[in-house]
Amino acid sequence: MSAERTQGGSSAGSARAIDGGRFGRGAEPPSERKHEFSVVGRPLPKIDAWTKVTGETKYADDLVLPRMAHGKLLRSPHGHALIKRIDAARARALPGVYAAVTGADLPRVKFGILPVSQDEEVLCTEKVRMVGDAVAAVAAVDEETAERACRLIDVEYEPLPALMSIEESLAHPEIRIHEYGDGPNVHKSVALQFGDVEAAFAKADLVREDVFYYEGNTHLPMEQHAAVAHAGPDGKLTLWSSTQTPHYVHRVLAKALDMPAAHVRVVATPVGGGFGGKTDPFAHEIVACHLSRLTGRPVKIALTREEVFYAHRGRHPVLMWLKTGFTRQGDITGCHIKTWLDGGAYGSYGVASTFYTGVINPVTYKMPVYKFEGARVFTNKPPCGPKRGHGTPQPRFALEVQIDKAAEQLGLDPADMRRRIAAEPFTKTANHLTVTTTGLVECIDRVVEASGWRAKWRGWRFRAPASPAQPVLGEASEGAPEGGARRSEAPSEKKRGVGLACSAYLTGAGTAIYWNDMPHSGVLLRADRSGAVTILCGATDIGQGSDSILAYLPAEVLGIAPKDVHVHPADTSLTPVDLGSYSSRVTLMCGMAAIQAAERLKTVIAKAVAGKLEVGPGELVFRDGKVGAPEEWDKAVTFARAVELAEAMHGVLAFPGSYAPPKRAGKYKGGGVGPSPCYSYTACVVELTVDEETGEVELHDVWIAHDVGRALNPLLVEGQTEGSVYMGIGEALMEGQVFRKGVHKQPSMLDYKSPTTLEMPEVHTILVETDDPEGPFGAKEAGQGPLLPVPPAIANAIYHAVGVRCDEVPIAPEMILKGLERRRQGKAARVGPEKIPVFKFKEPLVVESAFGQPAEAIAVRPFQS
Amino acid sequence: MKTRISLTVNGETHEVLVPVHKTLLEVLREDLGLTGTKHGCELGECGTCTVLADGEPVLSCLALPVELAGCEITTVEGMARGGRLHPLQQAFAELGAAQCGYCTPGILLTAQALLADRPTPTRQEVKAALAGNLCRCTGYTKILDAVELAALRMTGGSRVGDRR
Ligand code: FES
Ligand code: FES
Repeated sequence: MSAERTQGGSSAGSARAIDGGRFGRGAEPPSERKHEFSVVGRPLPKIDAWTKVTGETKYADDLVLPRMAHGKLLRSPHGHALIKRIDAARARALPGVYAAVTGADLPRVKFGILPVSQDEEVLCTEKVRMVGDAVAAVAAVDEETAERACRLIDVEYEPLPALMSIEESLAHPEIRIHEYGDGPNVHKSVALQFGDVEAAFAKADLVREDVFYYEGNTHLPMEQHAAVAHAGPDGKLTLWSSTQTPHYVHRVLAKALDMPAAHVRVVATPVGGGFGGKTDPFAHEIVACHLSRLTGRPVKIALTREEVFYAHRGRHPVLMWLKTGFTRQGDITGCHIKTWLDGGAYGSYGVASTFYTGVINPVTYKMPVYKFEGARVFTNKPPCGPKRGHGTPQPRFALEVQIDKAAEQLGLDPADMRRRIAAEPFTKTANHLTVTTTGLVECIDRVVEASGWRAKWRGWRFRAPASPAQPVLGEASEGAPEGGARRSEAPSEKKRGVGLACSAYLTGAGTAIYWNDMPHSGVLLRADRSGAVTILCGATDIGQGSDSILAYLPAEVLGIAPKDVHVHPADTSLTPVDLGSYSSRVTLMCGMAAIQAAERLKTVIAKAVAGKLEVGPGELVFRDGKVGAPEEWDKAVTFARAVELAEAMHGVLAFPGSYAPPKRAGKYKGGGVGPSPCYSYTACVVELTVDEETGEVELHDVWIAHDVGRALNPLLVEGQTEGSVYMGIGEALMEGQVFRKGVHKQPSMLDYKSPTTLEMPEVHTILVETDDPEGPFGAKEAGQGPLLPVPPAIANAIYHAVGVRCDEVPIAPEMILKGLERRRQGKAARVGPEKIPVFKFKEPLVVESAFGQPAEAIAVRPFQS
Repeated sequence: MKTRISLTVNGETHEVLVPVHKTLLEVLREDLGLTGTKHGCELGECGTCTVLADGEPVLSCLALPVELAGCEITTVEGMARGGRLHPLQQAFAELGAAQCGYCTPGILLTAQALLADRPTPTRQEVKAALAGNLCRCTGYTKILDAVELAALRMTGGSRVGDRR
């Protein structure tokens, strides 16, 4: 076993936090909270492990209902075209076809995940904006017949020029993909400034300007999306779907089908991999419902792998310009970032994605002054959206590579430099985000130690470090004149290198995607005389183990085994609303709601048992499936008996738990994106070799330390960390969602390269615990943050190995060869984007920097009592 | 054109009447109700649909049942015997090697074939055997650990193996 864990507190940050009155407002100090856990912290198998290893888990495509029909969508072969005529008559006439529909048969409403970007049609009526846009649909006796019928639908298109890049879309304002937005083909443009960046740069000893590009890539879940709809004879509708966000699908179905939401039920099936790819409502879900209403039969639509590539909503390609001022000691004086996102054909989560390329950046390091300008541009490609890390891996790559360059120029060890500038706990960032605990310093120390960084790194190899006394000011975007003579190493060798990077990520978005004052997560907990406890919650298990967390936490509170807790996941007619499995919110938000409900049940049980045992309710403990007073444990009653007593005293035992994040949004327009109850922190070291002959990179080891607050189940946290490392490796070295003439270049799993067992290095996971006051038993997120530092750590290690700066991912062998060639020619050994688009951002909203202001130890949350 | 074939799956023989071009994957899932076998591409690219034919891994999305008449086919539903999980299943559950679980059936069967061949494979051999099975969740680490743990237990060891 490679993973190890430590209790936080050894880092200066968390130690100071505890001394500094972190547990104000009458909360218990950690010493009292930290009783012996019975469930929390144990490496238990997930509650669904057994059904998964036996193949019994029923995913959406495994569902079969009597009389079920199979649906298919006809999709546009054009990247951009007007629909002149569409006629499904020939399809309807085919034997075995139950229904064939076009957009004209559906309510004329547009939908979309964000209220501000309602720009999708279920079936396009006037215009298609990408290859893969749905224009018609068929329900038939089987898939083959449905497919054949689709080919009989006549569509006449008038092709329009397809805009395939940020540059093209900005250069052709006369061709409009959408009629709305912040300018021709500009979906969203933001500009925020916190403090005076120019003054900050003037104070700096070194100012760097660099340009970076992060290619788009896709989630590639192993399960293709599937949905089964059943419109009952009672006029009510049920949809089973492989979705991460049943609640949002529920809302969209009601809107797009023009039905009362009260008559729609959405059941989330176990999701065979999501990573953000199943967080939008999709046309096939709505069409399946419509076809079911038309045919009076259940209808299943299962996407093919090619369709999944076009459904996308994955990582945005982002071009970035980054300017940062540093003191000679390595402190950041100020930072200014501009981002251009290639959004694809629709809004999706794009407004949020745009903000996320800017707003999380100041959370990792002390950044007193900050300016962010971002623009999302429409193109005729599948829409981008949230993929693991949502909008943050791209700027994180840019920042971490630039810090590496700065460390070199300043002659600093990049680990020491990062350690010095790590964000302080319980403070605010320049952009008014609240940092609670941070284990970043400890994370850095742990990966430095575990990887043998000191022995392996040993100074900058490729150029004499610039003296901080002679800073290189305002360097041009080609980057530093890197690539000086290397030390006596023979060419055409395999060169080893190490690289380091860090990151921070949110534990759940602090605001919902539609404005409301209701809980973000709710549970209903019931118990009866059988001794069984059932928890109902609208959360969706996408493999991360959220169902298991929902069993562990009540079990911990009530002193019973997780097996005694039945978990009923997302079913909008049964379970209280949870917003969905995105933004790393589930463990924290559902967890807090589950604990609240369990505590309520516990109070009632304790009162009943106390009466029976003639002790005070406060004297009772719940453990090992019993309830009793520790001094008279022989008189303790079984949990089932305790429930019986409580049921007799109170009637039916059913308790709600509600959670909404603390209201800590910055008081400025746009301040709603970025706040989170708490942030996780990660540090990563990568060791690799580069073959100078072929440019190929071989990864050997990845050491990754993640501050998860508390590992509720270390096995699951390690799994999330390892999976994040894997996905970061894919993005850094091979995965790219690229298009030619509107068409996806490689819509197959063979051509879209992703890491196999052979490309995976050994991953050494170190879990750091900081016991965050905002999280359930102190837990923070684990599912996304650990991806972030991996691509820049790889780029930094490549530089360390061969002196080539790759300012772009994925890093292909040809890029490294190109860099080596440039070095041989005496040029800067940098590969990456050379220029930025001509684009005028709007005037920034200027807000005072909140950097360094103390943050409240424990925030006031709605629904707390 | 439909054809009648007799297929032995997990020790049971079934007579099915299917179109000749229907794949083994489809017959298993649709005609025999064995939905434990999953699919990620139906083009032979991801390994998700792997089953065993006479102990050898085959991609059921490419295999035609007509060609497999007379073979002993094993799907994930056939791994547990007499209510007891196969040691691989046990190890995958214990170590968290199944996250979303969608790739799991195919990987379990590929690993079963490996262990039948090489009861104590090196980590590199496990990697090579599983190189055709994509998993997007786990980063493979816990999968490799679980195969090693199962191998150890099946050969009489009890200690959690050193991973190298
Ligand atoms: S389903 Fe992908 S290989 Fe068979
Ligand atoms: S566990 Fe999800 S794809 Fe492997």
